[in-house]
Amino acid sequence: MRRPLVRFEGVSKRFGGVTAVDRLTLDIAPNEFFALLGPSGCGKTTLLRMLAGFETPDEGRILLDGEDIAATPPHQRPVNMMFQSYALFPHLSVESNIAFGLRQEKQSKDEIATRVAAMLVLLHLEGLGRRKPDQLSGGQRQRVALARSLVKRPRVLLLDEPLAALDKKLRGQTQFELAELQRKLGTSFVIVTHDQDEAMIMASRIGVMNHGKLIQIGAPADVYERPESRWVAGFIGDVNLIEGGLEKSRKIIDTAHGQFRIDNAAGAMAGERVWLALRPERLSLATKRPSARNNSIVGTVHDVAFLGDTSIYHVRLASGSRLIVSASNGGQAARFSAGDKVWASWTPDAAVVLRR
Amino acid sequence: MSDRSWTTRLLILAPYLWLVALFLVPFLIVFKISLSQTALAQPPYLPVFDVSAGLSGAVDFLGGLSADNYRLLGSDTIYIFSYLKSLQIAAVSTAIMLVIGYPVAYGMSRARRAWQPLLVMLIILPFWTSFLIRIYAWINILQRDGLLNQVLMALGIIDEPVAWLASDTAIYIGIVYSYLPFMVLPLYAALEKIDYTLLEAAADLGCPRWKSFWLVTFPLSFPGIAAGFLLCFIPIVGEFVAPDLLGGSETLMIGQTLWTEFFSNKDWPAASAIAVVLLTLLLAPILFYERLQQRALTENR
Repeated sequence: MRRPLVRFEGVSKRFGGVTAVDRLTLDIAPNEFFALLGPSGCGKTTLLRMLAGFETPDEGRILLDGEDIAATPPHQRPVNMMFQSYALFPHLSVESNIAFGLRQEKQSKDEIATRVAAMLVLLHLEGLGRRKPDQLSGGQRQRVALARSLVKRPRVLLLDEPLAALDKKLRGQTQFELAELQRKLGTSFVIVTHDQDEAMIMASRIGVMNHGKLIQIGAPADVYERPESRWVAGFIGDVNLIEGGLEKSRKIIDTAHGQFRIDNAAGAMAGERVWLALRPERLSLATKRPSARNNSIVGTVHDVAFLGDTSIYHVRLASGSRLIVSASNGGQAARFSAGDKVWASWTPDAAVVLRR
Repeated sequence: MSDRSWTTRLLILAPYLWLVALFLVPFLIVFKISLSQTALAQPPYLPVFDVSAGLSGAVDFLGGLSADNYRLLGSDTIYIFSYLKSLQIAAVSTAIMLVIGYPVAYGMSRARRAWQPLLVMLIILPFWTSFLIRIYAWINILQRDGLLNQVLMALGIIDEPVAWLASDTAIYIGIVYSYLPFMVLPLYAALEKIDYTLLEAAADLGCPRWKSFWLVTFPLSFPGIAAGFLLCFIPIVGEFVAPDLLGGSETLMIGQTLWTEFFSNKDWPAASAIAVVLLTLLLAPILFYERLQQRALTENR
């Protein structure tokens, strides 16, 4: 990694007796789209607000470009934030909202006009400049808020749940637009979200947070394919977890459903208790027992959810536990219905071994 | 419209009936009296409309009306001075209240949520005592051997008692004291509504705190300022008790002039004319406020 643009060094923040952020260390690179992902109350927004300067860390340092910004008040930090509520000034027009930050910098009138106009074009807000925020739709307001925080050309743009107030369809569309905008501008974006799809679609790296700590950091595919704990596996997407013990060879796991071969024991010791994490789409269903090279479990289809492109099968195993299997509904794909006896199988490399 | 039941209609009609019966009709009566002449009679003015005299009676009645009283208001400076004095006292005391009330309301709106109802209570608390009693209390405080002089002399600020009473200062003290809650409450209501994240957003965009007050908080509190201004200014123009009990004989507010015409001179027509002109004067700020509100409403669409 190049020299980090932002560095959190052992940062803690407590509110009363509650530790919102717990000795957290994190580097954010220039030009990256970083997502802080976690359930509500995990401390991700507090972390963002500390970077913006609205909260002061109780411990640790926050460096921007290698310099400690603890003493810099919010209005002097070269970062800008897009608020979850957008926080548009209701008494100012769209143009004046966007120009607000530039006016504080005492930019010339021409410069302000040019940059505001450019922002209106960039965010498809042409012709809306004279409107007041309450004359705009939710999507338009969201783009004004984005324009207002981008127009100052911040070193880092902070986005606090930027899409939470949009409806589902608009959200999907905006996710791609935001990612494209970030690539176009090259500004570092740090987004806070509780929506794993949102983080996966937009971010180049994801930091998964829980209870004030960063649990795992990595590219979206890494975090999804190689979660480091059951919690992360379960938080990001659906997962089937099968508990078992590692055999002496460290190639086989002994479980209540039989023995399964694995590729990589993830450093677990022989005899250690581990969990097999299986993504629903890594499992395939068949009516006949598949070849012995693959792992398989037999069960009955309990429930089918048809989603168009895919179907989600709930397979009930002999032990009573359930397996979630996602199968694509392509051309020759077999369909199963409730009550069918099926074999769910996976290749040894499809499962991840988790130690915690 | 036709499917509206008669109860709904009655509900819609009720406020209009109220206004017609208790505002428009009395106003028309006052307006009629203002066009009459004073007389030693019961009621003490002429002409009186007599239904039994028929059509010719009505013609006589209309012929008897004149705008003489309004001419009188224009010709005698005492009336013009009273109006001007009233407007001056109302304007100055409203300005003083704004200066005192704004920081109070701002402090209340920034206080801890749990404390705010208590603070509002404290602002309303004086209303539990009669307005008249509170003004009499001020007479006690302001008189020669009153509390204010005692305290000031004890502190060594003054050597001998100051005559506070019977002066404009006393009127201002009395009015500002009695009307301040009407300024603080609408200001508080407006300030309390302002979303704190707006100030964070201003800071985030490079605006220091003192500046974000002027760029964000202050403009967003305009509705409160306008409401507080009207709630204080309009009744103060017609204020009678405070200037009568606390003011000197050389200060005449229009309420006192009206009272003198009505009760001392028994000149109902002149008193009515004063009232009609006062109402017309006060219509201007009310209409202005209406327009402001209308604009705010259409903008919110």
